[in-house]
Amino acid sequence: MPNILSYRGFPKPRALALAAGVTALAVAAAGCSSSKNTSGTGGTAGGSSGKSVGVSLILKTLTNPYFVSMEKDAKTAAAKDNVKLTVAAGKQDGDTQSQITAIDNAISRGDKGILITTNGDAVNAALNQAKKAGIFVIALDTAPNPPSTADITYATDNEAAGKLDGQYAAKALGGKKAVIAMLDLFNNQVVSVDIQRDHGFLEGLGINPNSTTQNGKEAPSGSYSGGEYQIACHQPTQGAIDGGRTAMENCLSANPNINVVYAINEPAAEGGYNALKAAGKQNGVLIFAIDGSCAGLKFLGTGEFTADAVQYPGKMASLGVDAIAKLAAGGSKPTTSAGLSFFNTGTALATDKPLGGVTSETSATAAQACWGS
Amino acid sequence: MTLNVDEGAPASAEDLAGDSHTLGQRVHELLHRQPALSPAIVLVLALIVFSFLSNRFMRPANLSLVLQQLSIVGSLAVGQTLIILTAGIDLSVGAIMVLSSLMMAKLVSHNGLPGGLALLIGLAVAVLASTINGLLVTRIKLPPFIVTLGTLGIFTAVTLLYAQGQTIQLAPGSFLLKTGDIHSIGSFTVTNGVLLMLALYIVVAFALRYTAWGRHLYATGDDVEASSLAGIQTKRVILSAYIVAGVAIAVAAWVLIGRVGGGDPNSGANANLESITAVVIGGTSLFGGRGLLVGSLIGAVIVQVFDNGLALAGYDPQYQVLATGFLVIIAVSVDQWIRRVKA
Repeated sequence: MPNILSYRGFPKPRALALAAGVTALAVAAAGCSSSKNTSGTGGTAGGSSGKSVGVSLILKTLTNPYFVSMEKDAKTAAAKDNVKLTVAAGKQDGDTQSQITAIDNAISRGDKGILITTNGDAVNAALNQAKKAGIFVIALDTAPNPPSTADITYATDNEAAGKLDGQYAAKALGGKKAVIAMLDLFNNQVVSVDIQRDHGFLEGLGINPNSTTQNGKEAPSGSYSGGEYQIACHQPTQGAIDGGRTAMENCLSANPNINVVYAINEPAAEGGYNALKAAGKQNGVLIFAIDGSCAGLKFLGTGEFTADAVQYPGKMASLGVDAIAKLAAGGSKPTTSAGLSFFNTGTALATDKPLGGVTSETSATAAQACWGS
Repeated sequence: MTLNVDEGAPASAEDLAGDSHTLGQRVHELLHRQPALSPAIVLVLALIVFSFLSNRFMRPANLSLVLQQLSIVGSLAVGQTLIILTAGIDLSVGAIMVLSSLMMAKLVSHNGLPGGLALLIGLAVAVLASTINGLLVTRIKLPPFIVTLGTLGIFTAVTLLYAQGQTIQLAPGSFLLKTGDIHSIGSFTVTNGVLLMLALYIVVAFALRYTAWGRHLYATGDDVEASSLAGIQTKRVILSAYIVAGVAIAVAAWVLIGRVGGGDPNSGANANLESITAVVIGGTSLFGGRGLLVGSLIGAVIVQVFDNGLALAGYDPQYQVLATGFLVIIAVSVDQWIRRVKA
């Protein structure tokens, strides 16, 4: 009986030769491009390449402009600091295996530093190996768990970002009952940024998340700082537009009175808006996002998003590259921000509907430091 | 194993109805003759259970949302069914869909092409990509699993390089957004995307049931050697399944644009496996040659009904994953039981 894994017959020699040829070509192409990346000293300033500092930038994925922006700014900083930058990334969120391979490669290459946005705790052992080999490890975007796995973390305070959105929501409601849809990231894995942003938003509203490790453990109804609230749903979005739309449709079916939408990121918020618009309910619903991409900030101007907590991924990466270059040149180790366990690269609330008593900037101001295109 | 080119129903073995006695045997035969029956039973049971779990579930507005939510995976499942019927599998349908949809969106928004032309190019890209899969399977004789595992990576990488991770917005009123347009019948709403998906099912199901091509596809999937001996051009038949699948993938890509409002490299990330899940739950055998297209539609509906129903009833989203996992195991078990030779 034919099976999906079985060959349909032994390939003819000619077919085998063709397959071998294609493989050889692919390998040759890959060889060319990788040699271009790693030893890219070609015709320029020969001789100094031996002294340049090796740094690995290991990203979550390259499917998200947030991380693409890290790559871009890290490359700019590397060119300035004479750093030989190697970029690697997971294939999708949660892909720790690709990241571990990249860490191993950094060790064998003799890099001076690793900048990593970890995909999960599974990379910890490899990072500890790297530190043992004398590599300075900087976590970007999110602190690893435990934070001591990295020498230092350059991050946005994700909880603070969520809080800014939540505080604005509490103020904007003006005492009205809040019926809240929570558009989270995943339903099949725990990612700290997912928890921190979700919990920050609730805390900003004055609701106790009742957990430090799980979403959805808050009381389903009760009082927020301005009045009564009800949690209509917690739904996963995969951080994508289609996921955000499906999640919001299900939330609206369960509770048509939703007037506050929290979204883990801009694409989820966009999908949420699409669902509200299709249901003719886009007016009068407050939609909150976190990210601060150039594309996302435009939705503040058009009124699709109410407010967006902006973050600066490029800054994390370029400061990280600078820090390792400085350290390799005999400088001092970077230190954490006062009162925090990490180096805070900042967050701000962007909105085009400013409210008294809530610090915010306009989307035009925020766009001066936005990422993506 | 017999070749069933001339049988009335596209079941894969002889009609054994003559000498049966026990209830079990009769059920066995019924399920054998009607591959879409067991998923249909599961769907009816699910609808009943969820209507008790949430009083909002059965409302027309909610049921129409379920249809809209499954329109993308449902369209993909048409292509996936054809390939699985040839005893193949396609791990790259979702990747091709995302590539095709991004190209359409970018050609309109960045290159200023008219929507209709962009649609045709997107269709050509999807058909070409799927045809490459088919050629590697039929000409170089690689197993479909391996071929599409490879092209999954290739098409995904090409998409990301092309889009640079960016989402592409389309201006309101763009022709490509037409699949998102809504028609209302009371509180029941359908999008053009849903209608397009249903049209796709009708056309392809008709071709499978009433054309020589359809008969040959079942025969080839059931037993490629016997079909070849019977004079069927099996390579050509298998390749044609990939080509038609490419058309179905392009339809899915267009429907995706309507739901997302443009092109998004991250949307549709799970569509590969979801399309296989729908086909398997719909009663099409992974061993080829057995199954009905309508089963895949029912399979897609079942998955979406579980997601939506559990969400409405307020269950932790984790249970959606759990339920789908159980459904797949049960569906394959039923397939195995049906295939077992009667003692």
